[in-house]
Amino acid sequence: MQLLIFYGFGFLALFSGIAMIMSRQPVTSALLMILNMFCLAGLYAQLGAHLIAALQVMVYAGAIMVLVLFVIMFLNLREKAGIVSKHGVMTQAVGIAVLGFVITAMVSKLDMAKLPAAKAPAADFGSVVAIGRVLFTDYLLPFEITSVLLLAAIVGAVVLAKRKV
Amino acid sequence: MDMPVPLHHYLILSGILFSVGVVGVLTRRNAIVVYMCIELMLNSVNLTLIAFSRQLGDLNGQLFTFMVMAVAAAEAAVGLGIIIALFRNRQSVDVDDVNLLKG
Amino acid sequence: MVIVPPSIDLAAVGPELILTGAASLLLLVGVFLKEQSRFLNPWIALLGVILAAGCASSSLFPHTTFQGMYAADLFTRFFKLLFLLGTGMTILISIKYTADEQIEHAEYYALLLFATIGMMLMAAASDLVTVFLGIETLSLSLYVLAGYTRTRLVSNEASLKYFLLGGFATGFLLYGIALIYGSTGHTNLAKIAYAVSHGNLNTGLLTIGALLLLVGLGFKVAAVPFHQWTPDVYQGAPIPVTAFMSAGPKAAVLAVMIRVFEQSIAFMNVDWTVWITILAILTMTVGNIAALVQSDAKRMLAFSSISHAGYAMVGMAAASREGSSAVLYYMLVYTFMNIGAFGILALVARQNEQRTAMRDFTGFAYKNPALAFIMTILVFSLAGIPPMAGFMAKFYIFMSAIKAGQNFLVLAAVLNSAIGIYYYLRFAIYMYMKEDEAPSTLPPLRASLGLILALVISLYGVIRLGVLPAEYLDFAGKALLTF
Repeated sequence: MQLLIFYGFGFLALFSGIAMIMSRQPVTSALLMILNMFCLAGLYAQLGAHLIAALQVMVYAGAIMVLVLFVIMFLNLREKAGIVSKHGVMTQAVGIAVLGFVITAMVSKLDMAKLPAAKAPAADFGSVVAIGRVLFTDYLLPFEITSVLLLAAIVGAVVLAKRKV
Repeated sequence: MDMPVPLHHYLILSGILFSVGVVGVLTRRNAIVVYMCIELMLNSVNLTLIAFSRQLGDLNGQLFTFMVMAVAAAEAAVGLGIIIALFRNRQSVDVDDVNLLKG
Repeated sequence: MVIVPPSIDLAAVGPELILTGAASLLLLVGVFLKEQSRFLNPWIALLGVILAAGCASSSLFPHTTFQGMYAADLFTRFFKLLFLLGTGMTILISIKYTADEQIEHAEYYALLLFATIGMMLMAAASDLVTVFLGIETLSLSLYVLAGYTRTRLVSNEASLKYFLLGGFATGFLLYGIALIYGSTGHTNLAKIAYAVSHGNLNTGLLTIGALLLLVGLGFKVAAVPFHQWTPDVYQGAPIPVTAFMSAGPKAAVLAVMIRVFEQSIAFMNVDWTVWITILAILTMTVGNIAALVQSDAKRMLAFSSISHAGYAMVGMAAASREGSSAVLYYMLVYTFMNIGAFGILALVARQNEQRTAMRDFTGFAYKNPALAFIMTILVFSLAGIPPMAGFMAKFYIFMSAIKAGQNFLVLAAVLNSAIGIYYYLRFAIYMYMKEDEAPSTLPPLRASLGLILALVISLYGVIRLGVLPAEYLDFAGKALLTF
């Protein structure tokens, strides 16, 4: 059953990922990307990361991708001729080589015996309470850094996109 | 509960998704699509982190994913700002004109 | 449910807090201040930098705090002061530039401060989470700063290119972190070090993780073959921003590399110094050869900054305490000399950066003898000619590599230095040997107060560190003892 869920979401994620980089229209790409994120959210939930799964849908698929879609429509982007960039053959060869490398490296180097052994997770693993407790103790500094990061990003986005500063 | 899915299934899936993202970044010419491919790479990394997190019974991986999401949101804001600024000056977001990989 | 309160040491993050405060103040002031009083902005930022430097040099608690996320030690302190120096000098050379280009906004200076906070966090990071967030805070600010002159198309393009390739690099970096986390079970550097030296780990995963991490960091430090973004971004960005990017951020990435590779996964049974050696040789050679054929001074300095990162990596490849302290010293010297050189370039380039070619330096010595003399000292130092600091910095790097038995690497580095001398001296040739053919109708160049201050700091550094390096070397050496 678990395996079935994995293969269902996994193949859909893979399909939407590949279709995304192959589709002609940016809008289609963005919608496929959202589908991809939903599938990954499903896998996160399967892995016990319930809060992250919810955030994946709300933040990634909800906020970020809506912003992307908005900009695509705002700029009225359409592919005119050819989706593949001209710097073409060379980089594509590199890209496919990287693809091959990563997959083979992943598969061949996976010494299954030495992968970390599965531990039984705590009862509240991945719940809001458990995450919140770690976030506001161990991860206090990263949490605060994030606020500075977001402030810098807001300032940057406003500076670049505003007509007159 | 029946048998959980073995860890390497997740690792291989995320490895393939990461590679798909890499190929997309290197081959597509629309800046926004390139940006989405980068997001795909980040998403596949998140899957790896969460799979390991589950396997190790350790929340650090999930917290890391949390931070990656915050950063992705910030990157989206800045990236789209950059794309809009460029579009104003050139009426296109074609990366060929920017010559992305030419030294 | 009992929650144990985390260890919080606000004094350790004092400089970051002061800079955040200064940046917020700038943003607030920017809203309320009238346009005529915009000239205040750089001085507010500078005040923040000076206060932060005071805080960084006074408070010292050799420990890790924030639950092992943040290391407050001498290493952190050295880099904090280095970054603040770079930021301070950048602000000084920005004053006139931003006024001329009408980008004298509070946001420009606030973003410089945010970038500095990011660099500080990178140097202080004792956990991969902090490393990642520091890098991103730095990068996001730099993407925007590179495109800050919004009406110039090259600046927009630089910004987009930097953003896309920077995001691409972040992907690799994160994947590397994820695999390291998976194989060791930790993101904390000290715990990773323990797991690597004691555990029966999946070495395959760890090796790929470390390699991907190196690729990501290589992108950020512009090491060949991950340097493709550098020349265009450095050329398109506003000159003060280019000066800023070429010094501090590189030092910050090297700090992360030292912490991660030399302290944390050093005990991995794969010889990572080979990777660094290959990167160093490629970086030096490609950077120098490309710099050799440039006719544009800004682009030339961009390529040469690639090669300087290569020299610094020679010290890393030595994989010794001596080598790392030589890297620290090198980056300090480089900050002093490079930002000064860019400051003079910003002056010569005039409004809208129209005159950045080498030939625009023709006859500079006859019109502005003092500035030309300073520029000569700076390029001599960059080329590594004694008694300037650039020579001492290279000398210590090479010595540490020889002691580590990396003779071939040192040979390559010395040959590269010879190429470097050739193209840096072209500046002097243009300034002193060539006559200006057509009498110029352009108004004479006058150095602003900010530029003069920056050049004084720069000259002080170049001569002081060249003639009496002992004190600073000592500081750099001690910084590595307190890990």
